[in-house]
Amino acid sequence: MIDRLLSGDLPRGRVLSFLVLAVVLALALAPILFPGQRNLDVAARICVFIVLVASYDLLLGYTGIVSFAHTMFFGIGAYGVAIASVRLGTGWDALAIGLIAALSLSAALALAIGLFSLRVRAIFFAMVTLAVASAFQILASQLSWLTGGEDGLTFRIPAVLTPGFRLSEEPILGVMITGRTLLYWGVFLVSASLFLVMLRMVNAPFGRVLQAIRENDFRAEALGYRTVVYRTSASVLSALIATLAGAMMALWLRYNGPATTLSFSIMVDILLMVVIGGMGSLYGAILGATLFILAQNYLQDLMKQAAAATQGVPLLPELLHPDRWLLWLGVLFVLSVYFFPSGIVGRLRGVER
Amino acid sequence: MAELLSLAGVHTHIGRYHILEGVDLIAPEGELTMLLGRNGAGKTTTLKTIIGLHRASAGAVRFQSRDLIPLRTPEIARLGIAYVPEDMGIFAGLTVRENLVLAAREREIDDRRLKWLFGLFPPLEKFWQLRAGFLSGGQKQMLAIGRAVIEPRRLILIDEPTKGLAPAIVGALIEAFRELKRAGSTILLVEQNFHVARSVGDGVFVMDTGRITHAGRMAELAEDAGLQRRLLGLSLDAHQ
Amino acid sequence: MSDLSAARTMPFDPWPPAVLAAAMLVPLVWIAPSTWLILTVAGFAMGMMIFIMASGLTLVFGLMGVINFGHGAFVSLGAFLAASVLTRMTGWTAPDALALNLVAVGPALIVAVLVTGALGWAFERIIIRPVYDNHLKQILVTIGGIIVVEQMIHVLWGPDQIPLPRPTAFKGSVGAGDLVFEKYRLLACVLGVAVFAGLHALLNRTKFGLLVRAGVENGAMVEALGYPIRMLFVVVFVAGSALAGMGGVMWGLYQEIITAGMGMEVMVLIFIVIIVGGLGSVGGCFLGAVLVGLVANYTGFLAPKLALASNILLMVVVLMWRPQGLYPVIRQ
Repeated sequence: MIDRLLSGDLPRGRVLSFLVLAVVLALALAPILFPGQRNLDVAARICVFIVLVASYDLLLGYTGIVSFAHTMFFGIGAYGVAIASVRLGTGWDALAIGLIAALSLSAALALAIGLFSLRVRAIFFAMVTLAVASAFQILASQLSWLTGGEDGLTFRIPAVLTPGFRLSEEPILGVMITGRTLLYWGVFLVSASLFLVMLRMVNAPFGRVLQAIRENDFRAEALGYRTVVYRTSASVLSALIATLAGAMMALWLRYNGPATTLSFSIMVDILLMVVIGGMGSLYGAILGATLFILAQNYLQDLMKQAAAATQGVPLLPELLHPDRWLLWLGVLFVLSVYFFPSGIVGRLRGVER
Repeated sequence: MAELLSLAGVHTHIGRYHILEGVDLIAPEGELTMLLGRNGAGKTTTLKTIIGLHRASAGAVRFQSRDLIPLRTPEIARLGIAYVPEDMGIFAGLTVRENLVLAAREREIDDRRLKWLFGLFPPLEKFWQLRAGFLSGGQKQMLAIGRAVIEPRRLILIDEPTKGLAPAIVGALIEAFRELKRAGSTILLVEQNFHVARSVGDGVFVMDTGRITHAGRMAELAEDAGLQRRLLGLSLDAHQ
Repeated sequence: MSDLSAARTMPFDPWPPAVLAAAMLVPLVWIAPSTWLILTVAGFAMGMMIFIMASGLTLVFGLMGVINFGHGAFVSLGAFLAASVLTRMTGWTAPDALALNLVAVGPALIVAVLVTGALGWAFERIIIRPVYDNHLKQILVTIGGIIVVEQMIHVLWGPDQIPLPRPTAFKGSVGAGDLVFEKYRLLACVLGVAVFAGLHALLNRTKFGLLVRAGVENGAMVEALGYPIRMLFVVVFVAGSALAGMGGVMWGLYQEIITAGMGMEVMVLIFIVIIVGGLGSVGGCFLGAVLVGLVANYTGFLAPKLALASNILLMVVVLMWRPQGLYPVIRQ
């Protein structure tokens, strides 16, 4: 059963399976195991980023193309939900309309960029997506009548999903089930399903062709596969999933702005998560996103202590300053690309063999 | 005669493909050695292996008893080996003059040498300041060979210089090869054109599927139509 | 075959300058001539600064097919180094005396150029060399490189943006009536043209320059003539990094406020410029930079919200017309 659910693509390796299972269980039971607003927030963010990172890995790891426009699609999803809720009033129909509009826009943009620049080299695609994404970000912060500009949009969601809603007056298993908890489980279930869909995709013939193109596009073309068509389809699918992730993010935060979903630093975060977790394996997304977001939220506390401990030593306190956590992840990132390009997943699988 | 260049049991892989499967070849000092064979026999790969653009995986490439295999292309070139690739490798955006300036790496272009070169290939003088991309195919080939000989080199490797050229220009190139020989150059020439080979070759090697299948004197091969047919799959009549 | 390649290396290709002329003249329909002139100078100045930052990157790509997404790190670093030097020389920058001010800017430029050049050398050795043949890893690793450099700027100069005030003589403007030009923009134009002229002379008059141009066309043949292309590449990489540092100083003085992320921000414009110009072509880079600067300023005046989008549009239009950029480089 599990084998079919995972499309025959098991994590492989005892440590890896254990880690993946632990993360999934922890996320599923987060409201019970780790009560508290901040913890639930971290858990929801991990769910969303697992989907976002996995969808990016479809491009980077499985297809071998580098895009810098992934946050653009993430942002489109978030803005779609936010703008529709603000304009059409709170409600499920507004959410649906916003989502459909966002998905259509993402599909059209991804198709246009793909057909326009995927014919040429990977490098070209990277530069074009960077330019397009930054133009989109500027556009989003300039069209303030629609997007709320730099301030972004705060909106309301159906009452069943808000903290004010109570499933019952009594705590269940010692936990009060609020609308917020329901929303969390919603996010978790959607994320899990999207992950399984992606797993199916990469293990279907479609995914095999993508990997063949990545290894040798010349040969794949010679075998009769239209590489442009496959690459473009992959980038459209990946964009659509990123859009869904963006919608979940906005729904969870009940807010969206350029800094939350569009900024280049989020793009960098995604790159770090994919590479550190492991390119070319969707399980890498689970470990990469979890590790990164935990580090983002809890590593800083650790560094604060280290910085305090090294007070008086020149430069070291600055290097260990909590805001410098990205420095260390940057170094780790460069080292990963050189020394373990298949990331944590590759490492763990390698150790077992 | 002393051997300037020798290959012994040379194997070369390109990617996953095993192209040279043990090539043995000698280019004696002062001679023009022909390397013949049908398309895909490995002639170009042999030249590229000598100049270091491909690295041999086994065997020995010796130039005056020095092993070339561990050296990089620029180091090999600086031992006095010039290379004229099949596509001529002209820098199209540079002028004829600039192409030759780069080829004269030891010092400024020598006037006497340049005069001699202009005598060999008059179009180079005429189009001295023209961008090389504008030259005709034959003129480009003259520039490519001119680059190889603008300074004296001990060994010149030339890959199919007459491909696609008009008969009159082929004639001019044959004259040029004879002049280079008179000047004492050692040349290893890859050709498909048997007429050219017969006109200028001293020794000859014939290749097929990555191996040398025949070694001898060019004059003998030119006399023996049966041998030609067997080795090259062509009759002399068809190629005259 | 040979005819085709000859056609592609026209010694003078009139179309790109014609496009530039059109891009300059068409806005006159909507903009008053005096305003137009001011915008044109502003656009040209912006183009010159981008050109200085971008020229090295396009050659680095041309020679080895290496794309350096970390190039912006040198821009940021150059600006911060200049800030450090200039704040120590307020005695020289504060008086309204051009000579004195130039004496202060001189060391700032020299320090920026030397340090970014040295960092470029290290960057090439540590970051780029192990991934010469792998584009995917190049993109990833150079992104990693810029993250680390940006963070190190935070470590060394603090987490906040810092001011980079222009020396007094470069503040304000000159001119009369409707025609008023910011002094600094005029200076940027002069410096940009000087750098272009210098690069042009280097590439056309010296043997080293000829080798670089030849290497962009056909690296293997340059090696077969006896010149190690990797040595050339290292020199070009270091020079390109130093130019980016110099451009960073100018860009910083132009913005007057500098942040560690400014290099990555300007990378977008740099990429547009080198794509529009044709990867590997310095002349194309110059033309592309001017085009981008002008279009940004005209649209900035006519429809401020579309200024950056206009550059994307420019890129799309150019690429639909010439998929390899304005001046495609012939490669073998």
